Amino acid sequence: MNEHAAGISLATLHKATPHDSAPKHVSGTAEYIDDMVEPAGTMHAYLALSSRAHADILSIDFAAVRAAPGVIGVLTNEDVPGVNDVSSAHVHDEPVFALGKVQFWGQPLFAVVAETRDQARRAAHLARIEYRDLPFALDVRAAQAAGGKLVTKPLKLERGEVEAGLAAAPRRVQGAVTIGGQDHFYLEGQIAMAVPGEDEDVTVYSSTQHPTEAQVMVAHVLGIRQHAVTVEVRRMGGGFGGKETQGNLFAVIAALAAKKWNRACKIRPDRDDDMSATGKRHDFVVDYDVGYDDDGKILAVDAVFGARAGYSADLSGPVTDRALFHCDNAYWYPAVRARSEPLYTNTVSNTAFRGFGGPQGVLASERWIEDIAYALGKDPLDIRKANFYGRDSDNVTPYHQTVEDNIVHRVVEELEASSDYQARRRDILAFNRTGSILRKGIALTPVKFGISFTATWYNQAGALVHVYKDGSIHLSHGGTEMGQGLYIKVAQVVADAFGVGIDSVKIMATTTGKVPNTSATAASSGSDLNGMAAWDACEQIKARLLAHAAKLHEADEADCRWVEGGMQVGRRFVPFAELCASAYMNRVQLSAAGFYKTPKIHWDRATGRGHPFYYFAYGAAVSEVTIDTLTGEYSVDRVDILHDVGRSLNPAIDLGQVEGGFIQGMGWLTSEELVWDDKGQLRTHAPSTYKIPLASDIPPVFNVRLAEWSVNREPTIGRSKAVGEPPFMLAISVVEALGMAVASIAGYRVAPQLDTPVTPERVLMGVERMKGMAG
Amino acid sequence: MAEVANAIKFLLNGEEVTLTDVAPDQTLLDWLRLERRLRGSKEGCAEGDCGACTVLVGRLMGDEIVYDSVTACIRFMGSLHGTHVVTIEHLRGENGHLHPVQQAMVDFHGSQCGFCTPGFVMSLYGLWMRDPHPSRNAIEKALQGNLCRCTGYAPIIRAGQAISSYGQPEGDPLWAERIAVRDRIRAIDDGRRVELGEGDNRIVIPASLDDFAAFYAENPEARIVAGSTDVGLWVTKFMRRIGPVVFIGHLPELKRIAENDSEVRFYAGVSYSEALPVIAANFPQLNELWSRIAGEQVRNMGTIGGNIANGSPIGDTPPPFIALGARLHLRRGEHRREIKLEDYFLAYGKQDRQPGEFVESVTLPLLPAGEKFATYKISKRRDEDISALCGAFRVFVNDAGTVGMARIAFGGMAATPKRAKAVEAALVGRPWTLETVEAVLPAFATDYQPIGDMRASAEYRLLAAQNLLKRFYLETIGQGERLKREVA
Repeated sequence: MNEHAAGISLATLHKATPHDSAPKHVSGTAEYIDDMVEPAGTMHAYLALSSRAHADILSIDFAAVRAAPGVIGVLTNEDVPGVNDVSSAHVHDEPVFALGKVQFWGQPLFAVVAETRDQARRAAHLARIEYRDLPFALDVRAAQAAGGKLVTKPLKLERGEVEAGLAAAPRRVQGAVTIGGQDHFYLEGQIAMAVPGEDEDVTVYSSTQHPTEAQVMVAHVLGIRQHAVTVEVRRMGGGFGGKETQGNLFAVIAALAAKKWNRACKIRPDRDDDMSATGKRHDFVVDYDVGYDDDGKILAVDAVFGARAGYSADLSGPVTDRALFHCDNAYWYPAVRARSEPLYTNTVSNTAFRGFGGPQGVLASERWIEDIAYALGKDPLDIRKANFYGRDSDNVTPYHQTVEDNIVHRVVEELEASSDYQARRRDILAFNRTGSILRKGIALTPVKFGISFTATWYNQAGALVHVYKDGSIHLSHGGTEMGQGLYIKVAQVVADAFGVGIDSVKIMATTTGKVPNTSATAASSGSDLNGMAAWDACEQIKARLLAHAAKLHEADEADCRWVEGGMQVGRRFVPFAELCASAYMNRVQLSAAGFYKTPKIHWDRATGRGHPFYYFAYGAAVSEVTIDTLTGEYSVDRVDILHDVGRSLNPAIDLGQVEGGFIQGMGWLTSEELVWDDKGQLRTHAPSTYKIPLASDIPPVFNVRLAEWSVNREPTIGRSKAVGEPPFMLAISVVEALGMAVASIAGYRVAPQLDTPVTPERVLMGVERMKGMAG
Repeated sequence: MAEVANAIKFLLNGEEVTLTDVAPDQTLLDWLRLERRLRGSKEGCAEGDCGACTVLVGRLMGDEIVYDSVTACIRFMGSLHGTHVVTIEHLRGENGHLHPVQQAMVDFHGSQCGFCTPGFVMSLYGLWMRDPHPSRNAIEKALQGNLCRCTGYAPIIRAGQAISSYGQPEGDPLWAERIAVRDRIRAIDDGRRVELGEGDNRIVIPASLDDFAAFYAENPEARIVAGSTDVGLWVTKFMRRIGPVVFIGHLPELKRIAENDSEVRFYAGVSYSEALPVIAANFPQLNELWSRIAGEQVRNMGTIGGNIANGSPIGDTPPPFIALGARLHLRRGEHRREIKLEDYFLAYGKQDRQPGEFVESVTLPLLPAGEKFATYKISKRRDEDISALCGAFRVFVNDAGTVGMARIAFGGMAATPKRAKAVEAALVGRPWTLETVEAVLPAFATDYQPIGDMRASAEYRLLAAQNLLKRFYLETIGQGERLKREVA
């Protein structure tokens, strides 16, 4: 099972087919878990959250909770019959409820189960809790100052002679950049509904990107085997990584209640509780020391990536690993050492979020590029070009994988031309000399993003394809749909394989009962893995059908060929439905399980060496901004993007991922600010205080193109490339453009060094800093 | 008091609904989803900020029925008496096909995860019915109260621009049935007060402004709810019991706007959206601010009276109104009094309002010729955000070039909306020059000792407030370009 060959129906693959659920989305009939018909007697659970950052729990008095109207009971750690842990890292640091002490403000303490959600929610606030406060550290610097306790093993990537490189470098830049976190703000919050079955069985409808892990967690916590647990998800109202592990707790609590009371149970936190109790993108402080020469060529990089991991490991290990994997972005470092510090903090345990640490790594690399450019008085784009990985040499990454598919030069050259970058930059430099209180900036930044799970075993997928006697097709695979269009892409693959219309393919909800032992739908891998697995299943059925047709019509198999709508057997055309019906009558199996595993990849974390990525996806963006030097307010005026998705499986879906990913990245870097107060409470826990981009924030001129010439050099499904995460990082161009506008105040002689998110306040303070330096 | 009716009646899509037992804090969204099992409208935030629950509410305006987009999550059932509630389930095209708005959204790939989509469809639907060929600006404005986390909005805007190529409002069922709907709604309102429930569960829907005044004077413990854009969150976020409640958002007398040669008087129930044309005509300096207050749905619900009455230090209307010298008209029963708006705000959470007394109207004197006036709002996100600070500046510069009068007021800088009297005093009598402006800046620290919070630091607030005076000065001399959003 290797190379995906062309299918039959060129009418389906590589076409801009609308999202399969689009008519249901727009009609309000697409069903999310909270919309499902609840079984009679469904109970509702609600979480009680801690109001301390770090404290011993001395006592909890549930009397008022139990006495509240509609309350059926309270769930605590005592109700856990199995293993009291929902740690996705399997390191037993995440009990279902706080055990003996709370480690962050908002940590779940217990759950109330009541007849209605409103009753459960009101009762959850009635417990009397006695705490004894403990010292706490909230952020990277505080955690480092407190001794730098880590939640999981750090990683070091090293290549070349770093000390010697730094010592010999004609120029050095040392600095630190603070990179803010981000809330997922999926529009559909966390939710699960569990329905008890006979014996130990339980079915959990969970808004999860990782049904298998939810299944495993439920089985662990209930102390039952995995075959008793079925987890199903038809669609999520957004995930972005926030439902890779963070849904587990809700699935587990719903299942615990369902089995305890033998009634269905649903749990859905309010938005504020969702944002307080579930993990986010890691914020980082990156300390760096970079040596370079007078031309701006980097000679050596030494960097430490401190990350706010929160109170438990969760995915902080692989997230901080991926930050290191992307600290090179598209640049060749002759010598490099990068170290991660996944720091224990008394905050919610941070988790996966689109890019998975990669964006923070890329942002750090662009920071030292920017520093070098301003120090040398050059356009940062020139410094970027001077440091790009070579096509055939100077192309080994800090993790010792050779970059074999480098197209960054072509992407950047084309975008530079199509966006008219050079002329616009000249105009902006001229505008900034007019003395206006408005200043402008422009920046072009590239991205190179590694595709594959660095947990090598995750790079596998299964699918189940049934063909019915009337030629209709039933498609299941292990990937989940969160809006990214995975379902339609895989359905296109299947329709293409059989040469039938897309309406012949029924896309089934993802369930652990159909395809077992699946990987998270994450790391942009959904289409690569599940598309290939589904195609494998189709090819198995097709081979049987072809053999059957040859036998039935007494033809050579060589004379049978798939054509659109059926099979050509010699001069006879057999419609697909007729072929399937006759296959059934002749006892040919019309169902197959497909499987795929990514070839070529390997990774040895202990030595920091390997080939963790199957291939790279590339892109580049040019952003132009205007700032108000009196208030720090700004506008993003124009963005041009050229992005590489290989040969697109669905250009409409892919364009949506690029546009949406960019704007989400822009939000991360501009208006989305997580603020904790001095007691450790997150103060930005709802859309009234946490500001994701609006329609009126997107650039008025927004030119987004896919690099239509790109074809994945690896034999992926349709020669496409993954698209979920890479475009997110294109938004770093906005930060750099804002930096240029700020730097104009001091004649571009001082690097702007804006921390993110670059709020109006940070812009204004940057302007003030520049004024001081301009003297 | 005349006879009282005991049922809330309204139209839900095509059906007439009569409710005789409903809690004062029952929200429309929960009622739709839990009681009626209409689950197309989604809960994304339960605070009126994300728009996933957007529905249209039609109400009588004279002879016409007017549909506004609103957020069902913070809209109480008691406020729906005599209205037509239209949900996503009511949208239909011809012969069972998708509605033009829906088809455009499908064809332009305007949905990804789809959870926010019904709300976007409803907002675009409301826009298209009153503006079938909207500019991009109009679309962006109509969508200020809708959050999408997947698409980056570009395809939704494209869909919004294309709707009319799929159909015209004249072909829409809501348009075709508007006369019949109007008549059905008219039949609901028989001029009687509506009362339901007892004690904390009591709902009162007064028959008239006088009826309200009389009721409230006798029942000062009742909670007044107009647009519910603030009180709604007390319920959905803090689970406060708000009953007994008197709903006033429907009263036509409170929706009056009286204009003469020297002033404009807004009655308290005028929504931001309803006020906009009059604001634009008389105070064009407030146009930008007005479009940046909340999102469209909240502007359709929130009232001018509510923004003042609740005494918030970060309401957006008090600073410019104070700078303009607004007078507030308070009423208790038949007793009325008038105070300066700035005197209404006594301290954080404390206003000059007696038990049983309510804000009936606010009068804004027109700006005398030759005076200069501007208001600036600064927030982390430009639109649909709460001010970090909001500053209003008004000066008169006499023929000698010196400042004859200055009124400056800020929100977000103190525990109440507050004038910058030290800065004003420092300005008066001095020449209106950059030197003067720079010289008076330290006085800001006398007037304000702002706090730092999740919206901005104290340092930023003070610096930005000072710089806004500079910006105001520069604009009065024809400099000080503003950021502009230029969309094709």
